Amino acid sequence: MTLAVTVASLPVVEASRTIELQDVSAGYDGVPVLRDVDLTVRAGELLALVGPNGAGKSTLLKVVAGLLPPMRGRVRVLGARAGEESGRVAYLPQAESLRWDYPLLVEDVVLMGRIAKLGVGRRAAAADREDARAALARVDARDLAQRPIAALSGGQRQRVLLARTLVAEPDVLLLDEPATGVDPTTEEQLMRVLEQLAAEGKTVVVSTHDLAGVMAHFPRVVSLNGRIVADGTTAVLRDDRILRETYGGHRPGGPQLYGDEHHA
Amino acid sequence: MPDLFAPLAFTFVQRALVGSVLVGIVCASVGVFVVLRGLAFLGDAISHAAFPGVVIAFLFKVNLAIGGSIAAVASALTVGLIARRSGLREDVAIGVVFSGMFALGVVLFSGIKSYTGDLLGILFGDVLGVNEEQLAIAGVVTLVVVVSLWLVWKELVFVSFDPVGAAAAGLPVLRYDALLLALIGVTIAVSVQVVGIILVVAMLVTPAAAARLVAGTLRDMLALALAFAVGSAIVGIALSFFGNTASGATIVLVTTAVFALVWGIRAVRLRLLGA
Repeated sequence: MTLAVTVASLPVVEASRTIELQDVSAGYDGVPVLRDVDLTVRAGELLALVGPNGAGKSTLLKVVAGLLPPMRGRVRVLGARAGEESGRVAYLPQAESLRWDYPLLVEDVVLMGRIAKLGVGRRAAAADREDARAALARVDARDLAQRPIAALSGGQRQRVLLARTLVAEPDVLLLDEPATGVDPTTEEQLMRVLEQLAAEGKTVVVSTHDLAGVMAHFPRVVSLNGRIVADGTTAVLRDDRILRETYGGHRPGGPQLYGDEHHA
Repeated sequence: MPDLFAPLAFTFVQRALVGSVLVGIVCASVGVFVVLRGLAFLGDAISHAAFPGVVIAFLFKVNLAIGGSIAAVASALTVGLIARRSGLREDVAIGVVFSGMFALGVVLFSGIKSYTGDLLGILFGDVLGVNEEQLAIAGVVTLVVVVSLWLVWKELVFVSFDPVGAAAAGLPVLRYDALLLALIGVTIAVSVQVVGIILVVAMLVTPAAAARLVAGTLRDMLALALAFAVGSAIVGIALSFFGNTASGATIVLVTTAVFALVWGIRAVRLRLLGA
């Protein structure tokens, strides 16, 4: 029996560690952005990555997603090398990196979450479309299904991308700044979905600039600035020393989300 | 008024019609991705890079499309490689490789005596001189390209729309990009016979671009691009027969007219909706 074999071969503690990074350095063109990262995330955790631009939040997510091979160190995701379990890991890229001008409907984009599972030459079936509609309903965007993506607002784009992530039915979710360009209502709804996912036993890692949102919703916070400055509860964000080390002289003044000039 | 169907009595007109319709189909299908990904410059460059391959095929009396395909696909993949390895921008790599290839073609061709007529055929197309073997190859290539696109359509869309997300989902993005380049190269090489090296990019870009102006979905864009390209091919052949003009260039002019018309209709519609 498959189940018996799986359980016997993996100690329980080991199995619950879905993401493990040991002594990882990573960057681009030989220049490290992140150094000496040790991080373990378990199933059911909801973790926020915070830090200034260039701190390595996206780099860390890319390493875990298998998009960027680390320059040094060991990365295990779901017990395998990063990228090997891509069918069980969903990665939500920064929305601005996508081509929202394409003549696609929202449903087309949500169904992209199924493409890897479907395989070459197979079209989405009625059941896949049903799942896409269910995913849209879960992010409160059921009525968007037949909308052209060019007409979506920032908040709607994030709902659609999260729905695409849900359709992939992942065990690990890596979300790169899903709160950027999003209105408060949408953010509350997206956070509720992420909390549900963690409660279902999924591992959810989110990079964000929205410290107020982190305070309100995330049980665990990792602050980055080229390395891990602190790893703990939201108390991390009330510690002046940690904030100084993370953000340098510029202590972020409250919520960054709505006034972030980089994502206006 | 002339009898519109009279030209169909000629075998060479029938062949020209079949050939240009095939080229319309293959160019419009691949053209959807050329337009979406902004590869018009690359398409133009690939067509020039096909030149030395066409000349060598001509010298050895092999089918021109085969020589052209090899040169075009090899150059397209070389550009991808150079851009990735050297850190130079892709357009720079394109400029270096493809102009060099075109020059190589010109040098090779200048060695041939009394080449003017054939050179014009290669540069500007000679669909009226297309033979049955060339048609058969065009048919096979069209079939292969269309079936390939059908098989990996959703993957190519994903990879184009969101390369990072597609890579994270486990799709081999670089391989799909290479496949798209290869399809573009083959399409161009087989189309050279009809519209020629200089104008082939128009068949690749213009019908799909006109479709892009008005289509709300990818399916509509593909359907419209096919309709525009095939319609332009038929109308172009007819016009060139009655007007005694160069067939390839006439087809291209018709696609340009279609684009202008679609643009105009869209502008009027937008104004009406806006008012």
